[in-house]
Amino acid sequence: MSYAIEMLNITKEFPGIKANDNVTLQVEQGEIHALLGENGAGKSTLMSILFGLYQPDEGQIKINGEPVEINDPNDANKYNIGMVHQHFKLVHNFTVLENIILGIEETKHTFIQKDTARKKVVELSEKYKLNVDPDALISDITVGMQQRVEILKMLFRDNNVLIFDEPTAVLTPQEIEELMLIMKDLVKEGKSIIFITHKLNEIKAVANRCTILRKGKYIDTVDVASTPVEKLSELMVGRKVNFIVEKDEPKLGDTVLEVKDLCYKPAHSSKNVLNNVSFDVRRGEIVCIAGIDGNGQTELVYALSGLIKHNSGQILLNGEDLSHDSIRSRTLKGIAHIPEDRHKHGLVLDYNLAENFILKDYFDPKYQNKGFIKFDKMYETANQLIDKYDVRSGEGAKSITRGMSGGNQQKAIIAREVESNSDLLIAVQPTRGLDVGAIEFIHKQLVKQRDDNKAVLLVSLELDEVMNVSDRILVMYEGEIVANLDPKQIDEKELGLYMSGSKRGEGYEK
Amino acid sequence: MKNSESKQNLIASLLAILIGLLIGFIVILIANPSQAFRAMGIMLSGGFYKGLRSTGQVLYSAIPIMMTGLSVAFAFKCGNFNIGTTGQYTVGGFVALFLANTLYQTVPDSLLWIICLIAAGLAGALWALIPGILKAYRNVNIVISGIMFNYIGMYLVIEGVKAFIYDSAGARSQTSKIAVPKMGLNHIFPGSDVNGGIIIAIALCVVAYIILNKTTFGYELKACGYNPEASRYAGMSEKKIVILSMVISGFFSGIGGGLVYIGGTGRAFTTAEVTLPEGFNGIPVALLGMNSPLGCILAALFVSYINVGGNYMQACNIPVEIIDVISAVIIYFSSFALMIRLYLQNREKKKHKKEVAVEGGQE
Repeated sequence: MSYAIEMLNITKEFPGIKANDNVTLQVEQGEIHALLGENGAGKSTLMSILFGLYQPDEGQIKINGEPVEINDPNDANKYNIGMVHQHFKLVHNFTVLENIILGIEETKHTFIQKDTARKKVVELSEKYKLNVDPDALISDITVGMQQRVEILKMLFRDNNVLIFDEPTAVLTPQEIEELMLIMKDLVKEGKSIIFITHKLNEIKAVANRCTILRKGKYIDTVDVASTPVEKLSELMVGRKVNFIVEKDEPKLGDTVLEVKDLCYKPAHSSKNVLNNVSFDVRRGEIVCIAGIDGNGQTELVYALSGLIKHNSGQILLNGEDLSHDSIRSRTLKGIAHIPEDRHKHGLVLDYNLAENFILKDYFDPKYQNKGFIKFDKMYETANQLIDKYDVRSGEGAKSITRGMSGGNQQKAIIAREVESNSDLLIAVQPTRGLDVGAIEFIHKQLVKQRDDNKAVLLVSLELDEVMNVSDRILVMYEGEIVANLDPKQIDEKELGLYMSGSKRGEGYEK
Repeated sequence: MKNSESKQNLIASLLAILIGLLIGFIVILIANPSQAFRAMGIMLSGGFYKGLRSTGQVLYSAIPIMMTGLSVAFAFKCGNFNIGTTGQYTVGGFVALFLANTLYQTVPDSLLWIICLIAAGLAGALWALIPGILKAYRNVNIVISGIMFNYIGMYLVIEGVKAFIYDSAGARSQTSKIAVPKMGLNHIFPGSDVNGGIIIAIALCVVAYIILNKTTFGYELKACGYNPEASRYAGMSEKKIVILSMVISGFFSGIGGGLVYIGGTGRAFTTAEVTLPEGFNGIPVALLGMNSPLGCILAALFVSYINVGGNYMQACNIPVEIIDVISAVIIYFSSFALMIRLYLQNREKKKHKKEVAVEGGQE
């Protein structure tokens, strides 16, 4: 059998620790090979070695059976290895075509010649049904399109081995489906794909085989079709993962949050983004706002937390109208908020972990005295939270959060918000981009909040999460609540009908 | 992390200074090849050229740039580039001088200089307050409003000088009738112009350091500088933070002006329409000091040292203009510290990447 890429018995040791310990990865010509592992299992190190960023201490790399040495990314390019990074490397005010030829542009008398390149790009785009407009500006196209530009960049360079580093993290469900089709087309044409991910259903959907890493060690390479999802996750995490969120019947208490006829219209818009939204959340229940991205969920949460001012309607917390309260006062009165964008809102990335833990209560007498911060208290709390929520980082409480993995950043935010002991916890896509172990942990925390007699408002785009975690589902469509559902009474298919606007629930008819 | 960061800052600043000196030396070589080595020697030993007197001069001329440097650095911590330091410095200096000469002999000298300095600080604060408010409520770029306020300040001061404290004999303002006390420094550095201003300047740098690093306000201010969105999410009032940071920044510049114009060395305002260089000179000081208040102390002393040393180079028949070029070149290149730090950080990042991978393996 011929392998497009073989990485045999790769060991890479960094001072004191083995990041890759005798790892073997064999990718066949024309297959989609998934590389599965938790955050920090050694996937990135392995790919960095393949890309020439690191040299392995032991082991061998073979391409088409020939032993090779990859000393830097240029070598990787020479061997036709290309990579779509999780964060795209595109120049936003350049056109698609300019981005694709960047670095290998043809020139004549110092002027760039784009005609041949354009022809090739258009051909490739048609061949793989990428539908990319070569003259569009990157800043004008969607994230999904930008990813296709990255794919085109690899194809334009005649790469045969394509590495996709968590490509679906930034995509909408439809875009994910389209990407899967593109990937299948690519392998049909003889390309080989290494697909890095920790989303098991995506592996099930496209991958042929799957190599699993855990804590830097090679665990197994399995045939995807004959391996059930449960088995895959067990191999990845090293223990059985509970996909079913265990929870008792909700014990409903008083109403905590009551929203009445909330409307919001952005300054330069002619249409209401939130249109007469009314609902309530009671103690002891998890209410989930389901819906396709961009149907007003973000604005709803911003309005609740005070980041935007709504135009009309009321927001009542424990019976008190908060419509004119500042963000700080809403926080103090009992709204905790796990934000959608952890980098934009959730953390000050240049602050360390301890400083981020006190982001919302640094002014509390617990942490300050006459305006001076009590650093010992701050670090004491930080160390407690780090233990309690298992936040892992290089230098404990003093780690700068920018350098931490996404999962641990999210755990830090969750620790801060849950510990604030607020009556209402708003969690917006709390598990986005995280691996199953972290997801399980976060779901447990949400359920625990509920069982502690708090109200939880969960906003999620993931149907699994909506169905498993919530006690009640509110579906949002075009800025309106269109249904109030019991997750036990419906299935995902039906939920999809509500989400796409083709059905409205009882009491929500037009 | 913090530790390695400050170590990196130090290395970057030292490297930048070295590069600056090297290029300065090349300029000297071009200006006067035969005496280049001697001239360079004089410049480098400038702060001690005439013994403690020179050292005193270094301290004296560090005062204004230390304050304007601190001013720039402080505002920058909140993400604002306060280029209006010149205006704040000028207004501060004028108010101090005006009060000193108006209230002379109605208020005892021992009290008057303190009143003058505080008033100078407040005037500077006011001059920064307006761009701060414009930024907070109308999102007007602080660089633009700052530059405009430099000119407004300059013209107002010229008019103020003409109206209140004009000295027709010299076609410029009167000089101060009082002086900041020497605080014993004249005994340590005999014959030099140094006064207690340097002690006040250093003390204010320390105060700024404490505000930034130990207080909740400093915590808010830096959070807002690093990530305004997150600080809003956390319930901080960006408007308040932006305005207050500008006001404090302006206060420092204003005090700088006050310290100079009632410094007892006969400084006066001319009626020429020129913005004062001390304000702008704060920018390289802040850069060289890595925007840290304590760094500003060292950076101001360094810049001043080079300037004082440069003056003595006239002994080698190098014209004053060329000396200015040489000092400017050295200071200019020394401000590349930030660039060098970026370079060092990138190198560190590459190393760090490996470390992250290591942790990955550990989990």
